[in-house]
Amino acid sequence: MPEHSFLKTVFGRLTFESFPIHEPILLTTFIVVVVLGLGIVAALSYFRLWSFLWKEWFTSVDHKRIGIMYVILGIVMLVRGFADALMMRAQQAVAFGPNEGYLPSHHYDQIFTAHGTIMIFFVAIPLVAGLINFVMPLQIGARDVAFPFLNNLSFWLTVSGAALVMMSLFVGEFARTGWLSYAPLAGLEYSPDTGVDYYLWSLQIAGIGTTLSAINLVATIIKMRAPGMTMMKMPVFCWTALCSQVLAIAIFPVLTAAFFLLILDRYLGTHFFTNDMGGSPMMYWNMVWIWGHPEVYVLVLPAFGIYSEITSTFTGKRLFGYSSMVYATVVITILSYIVWLHHFFTMGAGASVNSFFGIATMVISIPTGAKIFNWLFTMYRGRIVYELPMMWVVAFMLTFVVGGMTGVLLAVPPADFVLHNSLFLVAHFHNVIIGGVVFALLAGITYWFPKAFGFKLDPFWGGVSFWGWVIGYWVAWTPIYVVGLMGVTRRLNHIDDATLQPYFVVAAIGALIIMVGILGTVMSIVMGIVRRHQLRDLTGDPWNGRTLEWSTSSPPPAYNFAFTPVVHDLDAWYDMKSRGYQRPAGGYRPIHMPRNTGSGVYLSTLAMVFGFAMIWYMWWLAALAALGLLTVAIGHTFNYNRDTFIPADDVARAEAQRARPAVAGD
Amino acid sequence: MTAPTTSAAKAARTYHLAEGEDHDHAGGNGATLLGFWIYLMSDALIFAALFATFGVLNSSYAGGPVPREIFELPLVALNTALLLISSITFGFAMLEMEAGRISGTRSWLLVTALFGAGFLGIEIYEFSSLIAEGATPQRSAFLSAFFTLVGTHGLHVFFGLIWIATMLAQIGQRGLGLDNKRRLMCLSMFWHFLDIIWIGVFTFVYLFGVLR
Amino acid sequence: MSTTQLAGPHAPELHGHGDTHGHGTRRGYVIGFLLSVVLTAIPFWLVMTETLFSTPATAVAIFACALLQIVVHVVYFLHLNTRSEGGWTLIAFIFTVVIVGITIGGSIWVMYHLNTNMMPMMPSMGSR
Repeated sequence: MPEHSFLKTVFGRLTFESFPIHEPILLTTFIVVVVLGLGIVAALSYFRLWSFLWKEWFTSVDHKRIGIMYVILGIVMLVRGFADALMMRAQQAVAFGPNEGYLPSHHYDQIFTAHGTIMIFFVAIPLVAGLINFVMPLQIGARDVAFPFLNNLSFWLTVSGAALVMMSLFVGEFARTGWLSYAPLAGLEYSPDTGVDYYLWSLQIAGIGTTLSAINLVATIIKMRAPGMTMMKMPVFCWTALCSQVLAIAIFPVLTAAFFLLILDRYLGTHFFTNDMGGSPMMYWNMVWIWGHPEVYVLVLPAFGIYSEITSTFTGKRLFGYSSMVYATVVITILSYIVWLHHFFTMGAGASVNSFFGIATMVISIPTGAKIFNWLFTMYRGRIVYELPMMWVVAFMLTFVVGGMTGVLLAVPPADFVLHNSLFLVAHFHNVIIGGVVFALLAGITYWFPKAFGFKLDPFWGGVSFWGWVIGYWVAWTPIYVVGLMGVTRRLNHIDDATLQPYFVVAAIGALIIMVGILGTVMSIVMGIVRRHQLRDLTGDPWNGRTLEWSTSSPPPAYNFAFTPVVHDLDAWYDMKSRGYQRPAGGYRPIHMPRNTGSGVYLSTLAMVFGFAMIWYMWWLAALAALGLLTVAIGHTFNYNRDTFIPADDVARAEAQRARPAVAGD
Repeated sequence: MTAPTTSAAKAARTYHLAEGEDHDHAGGNGATLLGFWIYLMSDALIFAALFATFGVLNSSYAGGPVPREIFELPLVALNTALLLISSITFGFAMLEMEAGRISGTRSWLLVTALFGAGFLGIEIYEFSSLIAEGATPQRSAFLSAFFTLVGTHGLHVFFGLIWIATMLAQIGQRGLGLDNKRRLMCLSMFWHFLDIIWIGVFTFVYLFGVLR
Repeated sequence: MSTTQLAGPHAPELHGHGDTHGHGTRRGYVIGFLLSVVLTAIPFWLVMTETLFSTPATAVAIFACALLQIVVHVVYFLHLNTRSEGGWTLIAFIFTVVIVGITIGGSIWVMYHLNTNMMPMMPSMGSR
């Protein structure tokens, strides 16, 4: 019937059935989200905030604003990813023997896939990108990153990817293939519905954002350091940022290619990863893990950098062994690229290949251990101040080291043959990610929040957050290590052996304690805002820091530094303070800054529409969106008017404001 | 850049640039060329992944056509010649740009684009005749890998042609100012990079394929 | 900021503060082109006329020609040298070459072993 095929042409495979009309939980969630969303839109309209948001935040090319937006994105997606975790823990606490629980495998599989995908791509990566974006240019004495527009575009591309994943909750379904979406299960034959397509398109779009951002940050660190700041006088956080982003540039193209080939298999019927016609699913695993292993170092290296900054600040000492920290970071970067096969020891590469990768994996623990010793030696004979950031460092050392050790255990191929894809593995990587990366991100947010907003986070709720996370982590994951050693496989929504149930109940309680921790994090921000006058940072240097970001006001002005700093030593700000540096009180000059632009928002929206259209087979819409992308991108290049100057008077006013004591009442 | 004074006084160091030194870079921060170079390195890695895939799948014929049956080396030689010539014509365009000659730059850019279009035309002809005789990307993993590797390179050339067209328009509008020169230098790197990738393609795909 | 005036060949704006990217010369481009032509003609001729005594020898020869021609392109067309961007373009290039080598070589090594070990068994083979 012509009418029927007209609808199919317009809407592709999108129908009413694509909406969760038969699923009460999802439908309710959908309605709540729509109502809340409309409420937010209404409130923003009522308070006339659209223009403010657009001009000051969405179109901003200021690295500080973009960094903050990345962190907000990461925290919002953390709540979504954690909701997935709670659902899994609840299911696994009850589904034993005759009890099937409340989540059939059709849903459970989507939940663990979404949980992993969101936590890595839309929580960890944005939070790391956000912190590096905010802090690094300040630490190197620069006014912005090398490519401010590209920075804005990268952020919005990440948002587009996140939006597509969130859409999959309500329109169609998400992938059920695990967070790396292995072939051949992810191929068209076994996963014909929208799930894997949502996964692929959202990650391709976000992946372009991450790659562009990495190029930006590397170029910034290489080219825009303040005069006198040689590479070996750079803060350690900048070294870890450099190595992490170099690694990101090296690996995301491989993931892009792997996903591109899977997309070709699914859309054009090619045979890269199919079981027949010469395809090789094992090649997908190979490519995806060439990306996947270095990726965790992309996340953990900046985490180590954060710990270095905090340790030296809160012990009042220069970081011990700066050079060895730098070399260890570089060695870890290189080594991380030659261990990827340890993720599939059991796929059958044989003893010679397995032993090479096993040994390389074990070797990586050596430079990591060297870093731990450097932090300990920094603390030794220091005057340690146990503010919250330093508490996170101690918790990290006690938690992460255990995870590292279980990693070395897994690196032994014969051991891995028993433990591959068991819950022991799952506990290992959560151990290192939570103990290593998450603790660092929370520490870094606490440490740099006053710089970003001008007041500290509420310390009581910060403590709730800390103890919730740390106790919660140990209660949730220790039983998982145990059952993993006993042989329980990952990704199960039901377990036959009911004698294992107590372990999972304890794990679920641990998850609830972590939830208290997350609530503590949110409340520390909320109460920080409420009590901001008592928590105000008046000096710009609330922790007696050692690096250049603490020489600016809190928050810094748009231009960061009225005068480009000149650096003479490591720990540049400490050097300036110890020599009685006085900030100049006049002689300001106009400062050259980039203009805001909406092109990033437009391009990313078009990319999101393109992704959505491809997922649902709405070819006409995909073609239009692609054409739109090309047009806007080329149109943007015809705009040569990209710069503006901040007049010297404005600079003088901003600098004078800094010298005045704060007035009560904001 | 001021050097710290050698006197022993602790407050001797200068911590910000003096008046004459802190001139703003009106032409940007000078990071564009390095940034674009780094982007090209990432693009090289995409091709590395595609070459690796081709290397793994290049003998998975699934009972379908093998390289010797479908590759016409004279055509590939012609294609290679066109792309190589386009590289030197782009070089001539850059020499005109350095000399500040707008019309010379645009002429050589146009010639480059014509050779590039010729390259693409022949490639499209090759692909369509292969598909017509049943050697489609869906026939075998080898063919999937072949079409994708060579096709991705062709797609890059296509975008290069769009970029050349854009530059022709923008140079016509605004001449050879700093921005346009910087853009041309990036395009130059891009264009030569594509010829380097092609060296890999004609060697490892076509020549090795026929040898096997 | 002026975008419409012509900047001369060695304008200070393009060459300040470590902007040490390379330039071509007519001579350089022509030499690079001629070398490339030779390094392209030889492999095609070797394969199309089956001149060399053995296939492995031919393979090695054309592989070497390809590597050489890539170097020619990188030096004469991309003007890569130790001074460009303070040496950073060279470092980035070498790093990329290493990563490309590991990606392609590592993949082929791993996949060769996987394919050999995991080849589907014929029904008559295997322990019974």
